[in-house]
Formats: sequence, C-alpha cells, structure tokens
Amino acid sequence: MKTVLKLVLAIVLVLSYAHVEAAETLNGAGATFPYPVYSAWAFDYNKITGVQLNYQSIGSGGGVRQVTERTVHFGASDDPLKADQLQKDKLFQFPAVIGGVVPVANLENVKPGELKLDPESLCKMFFGEIKFWDDPKIVKMNPGLKLPHAEMTVIYRSDGAGTTAIFTHYLAETCPDWKSKVGEGKAVKFPVGIGGKGNEGVANYVKRTPNSIGYVEFAYAKQNKLDYTQLKNKAGNFVEPGFASFEDAAETGDFDAKKDFYLWLTNAPGKNSWPIAGATFILLAKEKADSNKNVVKFFDWAFKNGDNKAKELVYVPLPKSLKEKIKTYWKANGLQ
Amino acid sequence: MAALSKKNPVDLIFSSITAIASFSVIIFIFGILYVLVSESSLAISRFGIIKFLTSTDWNPVTESFGALTNIYGTVITTFISLLIAIPVAIGIAIFVTEISPNFLKAPIGIAIELLAAIPSIIYGMWGLFTLSPIMSNYVEPFLKKITAGIPVLSILFQGTPMGIDILTASIILSIMIIPFTASIARDSFNLTPSVVKESAYAIGATKWEVVKNVVIPYSKLGVFGGIVLSLGRALGETMAVAFVLGNNHRITTSLLDAAATITVTLANEFAEADNDVYLSALFYLALVLFVMSFITLAIAKFFLLKAERKYSR
Repeated sequence: MKTVLKLVLAIVLVLSYAHVEAAETLNGAGATFPYPVYSAWAFDYNKITGVQLNYQSIGSGGGVRQVTERTVHFGASDDPLKADQLQKDKLFQFPAVIGGVVPVANLENVKPGELKLDPESLCKMFFGEIKFWDDPKIVKMNPGLKLPHAEMTVIYRSDGAGTTAIFTHYLAETCPDWKSKVGEGKAVKFPVGIGGKGNEGVANYVKRTPNSIGYVEFAYAKQNKLDYTQLKNKAGNFVEPGFASFEDAAETGDFDAKKDFYLWLTNAPGKNSWPIAGATFILLAKEKADSNKNVVKFFDWAFKNGDNKAKELVYVPLPKSLKEKIKTYWKANGLQ
Repeated sequence: MAALSKKNPVDLIFSSITAIASFSVIIFIFGILYVLVSESSLAISRFGIIKFLTSTDWNPVTESFGALTNIYGTVITTFISLLIAIPVAIGIAIFVTEISPNFLKAPIGIAIELLAAIPSIIYGMWGLFTLSPIMSNYVEPFLKKITAGIPVLSILFQGTPMGIDILTASIILSIMIIPFTASIARDSFNLTPSVVKESAYAIGATKWEVVKNVVIPYSKLGVFGGIVLSLGRALGETMAVAFVLGNNHRITTSLLDAAATITVTLANEFAEADNDVYLSALFYLALVLFVMSFITLAIAKFFLLKAERKYSR
C-alpha cells in the first residue's frame, strides 16, 4: 500500500513539474559578468509575466559554443562576434548592458580617483618598464601626490576573462609595443606580475599588496573600495570612472546595427568618455523565431524598466539612442 | 555449492551486477584516455611530444604552448607539500597509537577525519584570506631573514614576500594531504601485534625504541601506501592551489615566486579557451597529468609489491 502511495506521489510530482515547464521557460548561458543583472531582471520579469528565465553563467566562450550548438535560447558574450562569424553560425547579436574596466592601485596616502595615468605609462607599467612609483612620468602627471620610491607589483587576471580581453584590447590600441609583443585576448602572456583568479582574486591581491596595480571590473573596484585611478581618454582629458563617463562612452561609441553592433568600446571619442568600457552581448539563433520573440520581449521589458535595477548593481544601462537602434534592428530582423 | 549458486537466478543477477560495476571502472579509464588523446591530437601534431614537454612558452595569443612550466609547478608543490606532510602525519599517527592517553584518541582521530572532509574550495578561501597574509607578514620575512647570506637557502627565499607563491600553496596542500597519510599510517601502526610490542617493552626497550625498531618496520608498507595516496591527491589538487599560487607560467628558483600547476592552468583557462589549438593544448596538458599520475602510481605499486614479496618470505 505504502509503495503504491509513493508511486502516485512521484507521478503527481513529475506531472506538476512538467506543467510548470510548459508555462514558458527561457534558457540562456554565457558571460559571468552580466549574471547578477540578468538574474535580477529575470526575477522581476517572472513576477510580472510568469515567464521563467534561467541564465547559467558559464563564461563567454561557453555561451557562444552553446548557442552555436543550439542548446540554449540565447547566448551571452562579453566580446562581440564579427559579422562573418555571425553569418557562419547564423546568429543575431545585440548589446544588453555596459560595463567598464578600471585600473586599481594600492598606495598609501592616495585616495580613490586621485591618481592620474595616461595610456603610455599604464602600458609601460604592465610591461615592467616603469618599475617605481616615483617614476618621472607618473610624478609629472600627479604634481599634488606624494608617490613613494617603491617597486610596483603588477597584478593580472589569471583565468581567461572578458575583463582581460577588454583591458588588453585597450592596451593594444593605445600602445604599439603591447600590440606587437603581447597582443590581446581573454588570456595573454603578461610580461610581469602575478595572477589572481577572478575579479575577486585580483581585488584581494591588490588590497593586500602595498604598491600594487591591477585591473578589475568597475563594480568590484567600487564594492571593495579600491583606489581606482583616473585615465587620460582619447579626447585628452583625465576622467574618473563612473556612470557618467561610462554612459558618455556608450553614447559616443559607434554602435552600428549593420555590423550587428560589433564594437569594442575602448577609446570612445567623447570628451568625458571612460576609455576602457565594453558592452556585453546577447546572441540569438536566427532560425528560432518563436523563442527569439520571447527573448526579445524580455530584453525589451528590461530596457524599459530595468535601468534602476542595473544601476543598483553597478552596471551601466544602455543609452537611449542605442536602445532605439536595437529596437530598429529587432524590427528589421522580424524579432519583434 | 558452486553448482547450486549457478542455478539461483538472484545469485546470477547479483554476481553480474558486481562484475559490471568492476569492469565499468576499466571502461571509464580507457574512455577518458581515448577522449584525452583524440581531443589533444591537434596539439600533439602541432607541437610534438618532446617540444611540448620541454617548452616553457605558454602564450594563447601567439598560439604557442609548452607544458614545462606547468609540470614544474606541479612537481615542486607536490614535493614540498610531501616534505612537510609526511613527518607531521607520521608524528600524528605515532602519538595517536602509542603515546596518547585513551581518552584523547577518539577526538584526535575525528579531527583528522574532519580535516579530510573539508572541501578544497574552503581551503582555497582560507588560504587566500587568512594564511596568505600571515605568510607574507610574518613567516616569509622571517624565513628571508634567517636564510640571508646562506648560499643555497637564500636563493630559495628570494624576492618580495607576497604570500601568494609556491610556499603558501605547498603548505595548504600539505594540510590537505595530512589526513590521508595520518589515518592510513595510524591504521597500519594499529596492526602491529601487541605481543611483539610487549615483548620489546619486556626486554627494556623505551617508547622511542619500540616505535623505531618494531612499529615502523612492521607497518612500513601501509605508511608507504598512505604516502602514495596523498601524492596522488597533491598532484591533482586544483581549487585550493588556484587561489594562492599566483598562476604564473614561469620557472623560478625562489619559493616566494608565483607559479602554475597543470590543474590550475586547466581550471583557469578551460572555460574561455576560444580557439581550437588552445583548447587542444589544454587537453594535451590534461593527458600529461594523466600519464604522470599513472607513472607515479605504477612506480609506487611496483615498490609495494616488491617489498611485500620480500616481507612475506
């Protein structure tokens, strides 16, 4: 009797689960960077519409692979795919949210945002050519600061990461030596320094090591109260990282719907643009018309209602002009 | 009896299930080996065997990969961790079996087993947030100070004490493998017949002499087995090491420098390896570790068998 009861119970459970599944679920996978904001949006969206969105943060590489193999409804990647790869794998692509990478230092008597750096000196630091903090180049840019005669420790990301990709892309763009000797990518062979695992690893190493310099996602720098630096941007101004300078970069960056928004948001031309920003992208399989409509519905809702949530989590929402471009792109491709 | 069990269908099912379970292990091993070889074939054809094993270059941008830095990191951390762990573990085992009063035996035994049950990610976090500051602020400056000027030793402790280096990683590893060695050593010590021990005490041997001349020779094999088990664990340990090793593809002479092990490289770079050669090189690296572990275990087994034969004679 007991066994029969258990069996019935099991069947009821399975059936009720299947019923929930049928309600509508969207599965996505990819970049770890936007995971907190996607899941926060998904939570709110679920409350309003009942649509369940599962997002697995398995890394950008995994996201691209999964959507190429059509095992998820959408993929997410921190670096944009070029038009020819999108063509080959039959994918749509559009940006979803903006983030930025900031250099962080650990210097006594220097507060967040006080230290000024230009691309050349940043590049030389990561090459190990500038060894001491009181190097004339740095001192000249920072007349008000008392910089110690201390050897600097360079800290980089040891695991393959979009953060490293954006950062090395920026260095390669501004510094010919970096481009020819090191190159860019999610993992590169850094000439000097030690590697921390993940943003949290780098943040922790920098916090713990006096006279160190590293780079992390802006959100991590902010949450861990690290001494982020100012950077000289393309227009020649020193800017502080923050919502305003990221938004400026996103607005002046040349996102083009014809190229499926392929763009590295480094060295944006705006007067107040933060030079090391980047969008994170959503990838859709071209032939899956039904699920694409549902995914687009979700992001359309998020673009309309999710900006505050994103800012709470220290992400930069897309500027209005870019949202308009994306909407046009959706309509043109029959996604909406 | 055998004929009877053949007729019994339950018995037949039972014995075939156990057989399937055992053979599945062999199938798994060959399956894994097959996948490793086939996935790494691209890297094997590109870099060859000798060149891959002897090159210190690991550069995803230029797609040039060599395993030597990773092999070096794996071997050195394993070696140092065994150097620390073996004496401590054997000390624990001797204390628990021969010296400690009875009421202490159970709590110490349970503590050792608990140490073995802690997940490695927790060791990693603990290492990064707790051990590594202690190392960089106190232990490593002290080691630098006392070795300064001594020819070979001072080279071992060159550089800035960061707490994120081979030494810290080895210490974490040694803490992780102590439970294995200690509990197996303890069990083997316990197997020493009390008659033999009591006879030794009866002829006036001290505790030290009994341990040295009776218990340890009697249980050598078991202890050796425990060491091999922990060697296997140290070779393959990943998460705990990834946090405190600094992940640097370089060969260094100083224990205060960052390094990379095979498993750490795999864990760090696998998820985002976005081109075929890169991915294949990572599989190749895994194959190297597979072969390394296999050879280590084979050597250990060989010595164990040899000793066993000698012993049983």
